[in-house]
Amino acid sequence: MIEVQNVTKRYGPTLAVDNVSFRVEKGEIVGFLGPNAAGKTTTMRIITSFMPATEGQVSVAGYDVFDEAMEVKKRIGYLPENPPLYPEMRVTDYLRFVAALKGVAKSQISKQVDRAVELTTLGEMQNRLIKKLSKGFRQRVGLAQALINEPDVLILDEPTVGLDPKQIIEVRELIKSLAADHTIILSTHILPEVSMTCERVVIINRGRIVAEDTVENLMSSVDSGESLVLQVDGPFDAIQEKIGAVDGVKTVNLDSGASAAGTATAIRVDCEPGKSVRREVAKTIVTNDWGLLELRPISRTLEDVFLELTTEEQEVAA
Amino acid sequence: MRNTWILYKRDLKSYFTSPIAYVVIALFVAISGVFFYALLTRFLNIQMQAMFRAQQMGQNIPVNVNEFLIRPLLSNMSIIALFMIPMITMRSFSEDKRSGTMELLLTSPVTNSQLILGKFFAAFSLYAVMIVISFIYPLILTIYGQPEMVPTIMGYLGLLFLGIATVSVGVLISSMTENQIIAAVGTFAIMMLFWMVGWLGSGDTAFSHIAQYVSLIGHMDDFTKGVFDTTHLVYYASFMFLGLFLTYQSIESTKWRG
Repeated sequence: MIEVQNVTKRYGPTLAVDNVSFRVEKGEIVGFLGPNAAGKTTTMRIITSFMPATEGQVSVAGYDVFDEAMEVKKRIGYLPENPPLYPEMRVTDYLRFVAALKGVAKSQISKQVDRAVELTTLGEMQNRLIKKLSKGFRQRVGLAQALINEPDVLILDEPTVGLDPKQIIEVRELIKSLAADHTIILSTHILPEVSMTCERVVIINRGRIVAEDTVENLMSSVDSGESLVLQVDGPFDAIQEKIGAVDGVKTVNLDSGASAAGTATAIRVDCEPGKSVRREVAKTIVTNDWGLLELRPISRTLEDVFLELTTEEQEVAA
Repeated sequence: MRNTWILYKRDLKSYFTSPIAYVVIALFVAISGVFFYALLTRFLNIQMQAMFRAQQMGQNIPVNVNEFLIRPLLSNMSIIALFMIPMITMRSFSEDKRSGTMELLLTSPVTNSQLILGKFFAAFSLYAVMIVISFIYPLILTIYGQPEMVPTIMGYLGLLFLGIATVSVGVLISSMTENQIIAAVGTFAIMMLFWMVGWLGSGDTAFSHIAQYVSLIGHMDDFTKGVFDTTHLVYYASFMFLGLFLTYQSIESTKWRG
């Protein structure tokens, strides 16, 4: 549905997007993940044909975003980072305007406006002036605007920014429910959002794609085994020696990140992939008569994956 | 066509839902009213003197309303109109650029020309409403006398042509900045320049002819006399095309600059 090939974008001497390529198939939800100023918005603006790329090609539904911009624009719903609203208009008037602008047939406008209002649960707000709405409702009007012409492709730039936790959940549910008939790219720097809503993730940093895979694959690809956090009341040297001898344990270190309680020592144990060592570690500590105050596995989150990928990239660059 | 109409309607509505339209129209009609009053007083004085002279010397030279009242009123109004243009056009594109709605407009299936024409005609319509409302002054005169309507209407047509040219400049400046104040001041500066350049037009050198030709207000003179000359029409039309063409370039170039 969306094909991005070797896209580069320069703003004068600044390189915003550097040779980016990826594909999004029909019906997929793809998360576009990256720290601030990574090039997410620029890439999205190129896909929506808001601005041309310096180099490379992008096609949406088989149409080139530069040469056949009109066809692309007809098929895209775009929610920019700041929802593009006219504060002096009423919600329905605004949506009617956008519907007309997007080429919805006159007879269909009322129907489409009602549908968008219903999807984004804007019912009670539809006759209010947009400037009187709270940030959360404005965001929803922005989303309604993107949905108004039932586009094949939805491009959402940080759709949950500025919403309260309840609204965030609602918007995520809405996005998921839209996936059935839309192809969606959503950008975010909030990691749980990606693991909750997206099937596939494109991680971008400093204008370059550093990883592109399904959420599960990404998690397992950098899986370097389980890690444990221990709080043990005992001499560290001896503990290090004994636990280090346990089969499957890779390293035993003082955990500088955690604060030790009382006389206990905080220890971090990294294990080899695919081995479960918790039982053995606990047994070793108990048989040596040290006090085992805490034993907690740390599961790796997308956050670790993300940090690993983006910091690695920085080292390469430096 | 439909797209231009949709954009036109929205922009025009937004002028009239904000105080701008009312402030601009009120200001224009009020200032024109002051000039109307002053010119009317002057006209009555001249008329009184003429009547006095007629009694004394037996000469009867009728004082023409168009010559002594409507013509100077129209010239003054054309300059006041120049001062109103920046207020009318300052938000045209600037507001969209600042608030981010430009992203909506540029990612919708509308061409840049449709977008520019929609905005241009909306701003021009506000200008036209302002000019038409000021037509009450010549109408008031018809109650007490018989001003010639053909030259008066010609003068008003001239004001509308002046608007076509100047609104396009305002829209152009507005498309170059997201700051409404800069848009207004920039437009104002250009209006002043094209007004004052006419002052250099006295004398018979090539330069003064050019200065005279370039002046926005200079081309109003014939209209206020009730003369319709296509030269002036060509001038205002080329001014508009240049303004809109440069607006197109400006929109395109912001796209590339990002």
